[in-house]
Amino acid sequence: MARMKFLCDAERCIECNGCVTACKNENEVPWGVNRRRVVTLNDGVPGERSMSVACMHCSDAPCMAVCPVDCFYKTAEGVVLHDKDLCIGCGYCFYACPFGAPQFPQDGAFGLRGKMDKCTFCAGGPEANGSEAEFKKYGRNRLSEGKLPACAEMCSTKALLGGDGDVIADIYRTRVTRRGKGSEVWGWGTAYGRPDQQPQTPPQQQPQGGNKS
Amino acid sequence: MTVRRLLAIPLAVCLVALGVAGCGEKPQVVNYKQGKYQGKPDSLAWENERFKGDQTAWEMQMRQRNLAQNEYQRIN
Repeated sequence: MARMKFLCDAERCIECNGCVTACKNENEVPWGVNRRRVVTLNDGVPGERSMSVACMHCSDAPCMAVCPVDCFYKTAEGVVLHDKDLCIGCGYCFYACPFGAPQFPQDGAFGLRGKMDKCTFCAGGPEANGSEAEFKKYGRNRLSEGKLPACAEMCSTKALLGGDGDVIADIYRTRVTRRGKGSEVWGWGTAYGRPDQQPQTPPQQQPQGGNKS
Repeated sequence: MTVRRLLAIPLAVCLVALGVAGCGEKPQVVNYKQGKYQGKPDSLAWENERFKGDQTAWEMQMRQRNLAQNEYQRIN
């Protein structure tokens, strides 16, 4: 069984926000809610990098752990979804999520916090597949149509990959190998330090006033 | 026996009792229990008119879509 994941290649992302637009259009997300957004590091500085961020559908999702009403579940494909009929909009999941994925639409005249909304990996929610109720609450269910999330499929530079974690990891690995750089981002060394990373020692100062012959 | 010595004995006993009491502390960490989903059940991705419950067909379709993201395979 596939395990659905997103992977964003920062070398390719050009901050076009095509993924954000695709998501908003496909799922008819309300104003003020961004299921996906592009984050730029060192904006304006040469060498800036952009990343498209949304719910990462964590294997051990903290939102699921903290939800007081247990409205989260994980599908057979590893997509983290939630039941909006059960959600009380408390916001615990927002605090728990390291990616800021849960979003809360303003509900009512006084800007009350509505029920949580987040990326569904275009897999809808706990309603009949492709039904109107599912679309209204959760957006399109592209997965049941045999399609991948709109953001990944719309990405013009293919910076954003979405789908079976094993397959997209292979695609990215091939890409990195062909690119000729970035292979160091894979594996143990990335997480725990590479053996070739020697601690930097300050340059030794020349002794002043030494013997002159 | 002086009064001073008489007071010192219960004081020493109290000090020992207080010191030992620290060893009897109960664990303060709450045992976390994973919650169970309380919402409505969801249907599987291949349970619809298009795939008619055929999981293999759905997986094949998804695999094709997955691999189509690799432009090196598409161009070359």
